[in-house]
Amino acid sequence: MKQKQNATVISQREIAPAIYDMWIETTLAKHAKPGQFLCIYPKDRSTLLPRPISICEVNEQENALRIVYRIAGAGTREFSGYRAGESIAVLGTLGNGFPMEEAKGKKVFLMGGGIGVPPILELAKQMDADKQIIMGYRDSRTFLREDFEKYGRVYIATEDGSVGTKGNVMNVIGENGLEADMIYACGPMPMLRAIKTYAAEHHIKAYISLEEHMACGVGACLGCVVKTKEIDHHSHVHNARICTDGPVFDADTVEI
Amino acid sequence: MNTQVTLAGVTFKNPVMTASGTFGSGMEYSEFVDLNKLGAVVTKGVANVPWPGNPTPRVAEVYGGMLNAIGLQNPGIDVFLERDIPFLKQYDTKIIVNVCGKTVEDYVEVVERLGEEPAVSMLEINVSCPNVKEGAIAFGQKADALYNITQEIKKHAKQPVIMKLSPNVTDITEMAKAAEAAGADALSLINTITGMKIDINRRKFAIANKTGGMSGPAIKPIAVRMVYQAAHAVKIPIIGMGGIATADDAIEFLLAGASAVSVGAMNFVNPYTTVEVAEGIEAYMRKYHVENVTDLIGAVEE
Repeated sequence: MKQKQNATVISQREIAPAIYDMWIETTLAKHAKPGQFLCIYPKDRSTLLPRPISICEVNEQENALRIVYRIAGAGTREFSGYRAGESIAVLGTLGNGFPMEEAKGKKVFLMGGGIGVPPILELAKQMDADKQIIMGYRDSRTFLREDFEKYGRVYIATEDGSVGTKGNVMNVIGENGLEADMIYACGPMPMLRAIKTYAAEHHIKAYISLEEHMACGVGACLGCVVKTKEIDHHSHVHNARICTDGPVFDADTVEI
Repeated sequence: MNTQVTLAGVTFKNPVMTASGTFGSGMEYSEFVDLNKLGAVVTKGVANVPWPGNPTPRVAEVYGGMLNAIGLQNPGIDVFLERDIPFLKQYDTKIIVNVCGKTVEDYVEVVERLGEEPAVSMLEINVSCPNVKEGAIAFGQKADALYNITQEIKKHAKQPVIMKLSPNVTDITEMAKAAEAAGADALSLINTITGMKIDINRRKFAIANKTGGMSGPAIKPIAVRMVYQAAHAVKIPIIGMGGIATADDAIEFLLAGASAVSVGAMNFVNPYTTVEVAEGIEAYMRKYHVENVTDLIGAVEE
């Protein structure tokens, strides 16, 4: 169910440079699934459009959602100034989550890169599988690492080599000789392209979460499309809507 | 209190409509608003065949508004008639279909197909999309070209025809008069204003198409001015739009001379905007003891 409502900030802190960790109280938590996102509206009327932000963690009992985001512009800069008690307008829950039932009893890679790390957390928490969690960061200022350690074996890659494997998440697989039956991932486009190629070569399924500039967040404006292999059922051209048909796609079905 | 307006013989329960391209065919927003409360749903532009649209990024935010260059992605008239019209028919609201094309023949083909569908009350002809290279705006920026396509469409149209005008012209009154002279039954304005945004950190255009159409509250004063000018230049009714966020904004357009209004980009900001505008107009009418909403049309004091 999609709804625009007011949520209340429970807490917020900076957990890495320009990366913020905010818990909000909202009844949307009752419907939230891993891989879904919220649209959060800045209050400054010069920044009109909602900011699509992935759901990092769900606490259904306490009607609480956790979002972890990076300051990328004026809207997220405004969000970073919110303190406990602040009332914010949110639209949610949006998009389809990760189809995690398919992973049951399988050996999986859960992969996150940069600001693509947060949506993997709730997935790691809820998924019933043999989980190898591979996270990529720029440098030693990693985040959410301790949270992930509760849910599986965690491997880290850093671009500068200061923690874990030097390089990216794909280098972790090679260096540790890891294998999996399935992949779930979110991260920058070069990482997702590498995962799509790896999955095709190893004949395994990969679910990847995409992002794109959005306006409406609900499938009406057709701003956030991704090219698809087959003609899409809604558009009748090779364009699926990331907000509504995604943001999670079977990597094999999208041309990225 | 009477909120009805009549344009070209078609009566709408209230003057609030949706601006083409911001509301799909109503399906996505039906989760948020009761479509029965709208005067009309104006659909996303539909062509004779499916159009893939432009590459991404297609949208960008600008101060007080946004740019878009979707490129009129649409599933084509066949799917539209099979899926979107039956969906909209379930509601007690009027259906206005926005028609786009690359050639006059494309437009005529869609207009003729829609002529077989009595549920469609009016046609809105998109000759003002700034984001596609062929057709569309090529017909909407020169008075003689606009005259010719309007006349051709009128020959084939079964429903009353609204010509949607571009603000990217030197003199809007010249365009309004050309459309009226060629037989247009109504006008809608404004379409988006061509703009550009550059990401200085990446040294790239914010939109893949380089230019995009600007919409949102920042363009409202330009739209109000153009509606006012057009209303004084022609006798046919005008559907006013451009940055409407509240009932106050809508009333400004009515006072400037619009007979109806459309909510566009603000649907993205607040999915309940259309119904809030309709309810707000009623509240204004009660406050100022306005018996008929039509009493507001062009009622600004000179």
